Amino acid sequence: MTEEIKVTCLHDRHVAQGALMSPFAGYDMPIQYVDITTEHNAVRNKVGVFDVSHMGEVEITGPDAAKFTNYIFTNDINAIKAGQILYGMMLYPDGGTVDDLLVYRVDDNDYFLVINAANIDKDVAWIMEQAKDFDVKVDHQSALYGQIAVQGPDAEKTMGAVLNIDTTDLTFYTFKKLEYDGKTIIVSRTGYTGEDGFEVYADPAIICKMWDMLMEAGVQPCGLGCRDTLRFEAGLPLYGDELTPEISPIAATFGMFVKLDKEGGFIGRDACAQQKAEGTPKKLVGLELEGKAIPRHGYDVLDGDKVVGYITTGYHSITLDKSVAFALVDRAVGALGNTLNVQIRKKVFPATVVKKRFYTPNYKK
Amino acid sequence: MSNVIDGLYYSESHEYVKVEGNFGFIGITDYAQHELGNVVYVDMPEVDDEVTAGEEFGAVESVKAASDLLSPVSGTVVEVNEALEDEPGLINKDAFENWIIKVELSDMSELDSLMDAAAYKAMIGE
Repeated sequence: MTEEIKVTCLHDRHVAQGALMSPFAGYDMPIQYVDITTEHNAVRNKVGVFDVSHMGEVEITGPDAAKFTNYIFTNDINAIKAGQILYGMMLYPDGGTVDDLLVYRVDDNDYFLVINAANIDKDVAWIMEQAKDFDVKVDHQSALYGQIAVQGPDAEKTMGAVLNIDTTDLTFYTFKKLEYDGKTIIVSRTGYTGEDGFEVYADPAIICKMWDMLMEAGVQPCGLGCRDTLRFEAGLPLYGDELTPEISPIAATFGMFVKLDKEGGFIGRDACAQQKAEGTPKKLVGLELEGKAIPRHGYDVLDGDKVVGYITTGYHSITLDKSVAFALVDRAVGALGNTLNVQIRKKVFPATVVKKRFYTPNYKK
Repeated sequence: MSNVIDGLYYSESHEYVKVEGNFGFIGITDYAQHELGNVVYVDMPEVDDEVTAGEEFGAVESVKAASDLLSPVSGTVVEVNEALEDEPGLINKDAFENWIIKVELSDMSELDSLMDAAAYKAMIGE
């Protein structure tokens, strides 16, 4: 059975602009407009804009909103105030990952969750199921919002000069609601590129208008191709590759977003505590290869000639001009500096275990 | 509009063979390089390796993906285009000038099963 492919509010524009389109997470999405390298470099050096309208939005309100949101989320929303944002995960009881997401603290009884497109149906069902015993309203709002991400060192300037939105008061991982063309929109200093930047959630008609203004101003449109190379270099996981129902945030070494000791606990807490104490059988590491061969998702990682894991994401890094990868490997061989091998077709290439953050992000703290 | 050169032999998987005597220069077509986008790595066999018609002998890679290279003919690799090791993007500049491997052909009759320029043009719809 094939499901009908979905489109974002900007779809007609992507097609008219000649973007290379491809299905992603059930949506027909732009992969590239010019080429991945050009778009990647635009974001690293200047500014680029992404259509991320496929992302899902869920709002949780009500007397138990704080308690409930904290119960399904690994990070601690009590650590932030209204106007701040946290990254974290929703977990199954065994510690496997339901999804990774952002939680916007709108006010004490109002939380805005941004979830991955591929997981929208699954997440909404999961959240509804967990919400039964709480006095909350779970409102699935994906249809209400288009979303763009303006990313790069010139993002703040672009937001002001092109979109007339002053963002100088926003620091990293904060947001504000404001009136735009008579409607309330959300602007946050967030992104998925390792650069400074903003995400705007708004009525689809406003998103389309903003896109047109950005195109008029000559801002580089960017596809999902460079979205992946950018997030990868910055050490950010992609759900489905680095986080899955089988890969917990502890195994993926994103334990800093898992607050084991927070008040009230959370789903998956005990499993994570045990994993942290005992060590997961596998862990996510960074690998740097000798030579230009490119490690791709699924390729075997070897210790000598024994398979000890696989590549989750790999590229010839555009910014670093080196072949690097994330790999899920046996914990015993995952120490920094250890030498492993990657099987690339018929050949084997030596690879050193390195830190996963290949590129140091330029966030405006 | 992709360039297709008369006098070469073409495979359905978008490789070409330029024949000189007993030797064939094998590369990917202009159409293929265009479809692939910026080539960032070429995985080549070594000199003296055997290649077999229809079988993989390496890969060309863009940022996003790896595409297997299938040899249109059988034979022994006598030379690889080492310039591609440092500058794989040469394939995007001129795919026909920048062949990937030079092979001593073991069976000239295999060429008969490949397409000529006109047939290849028809296949790619140009």
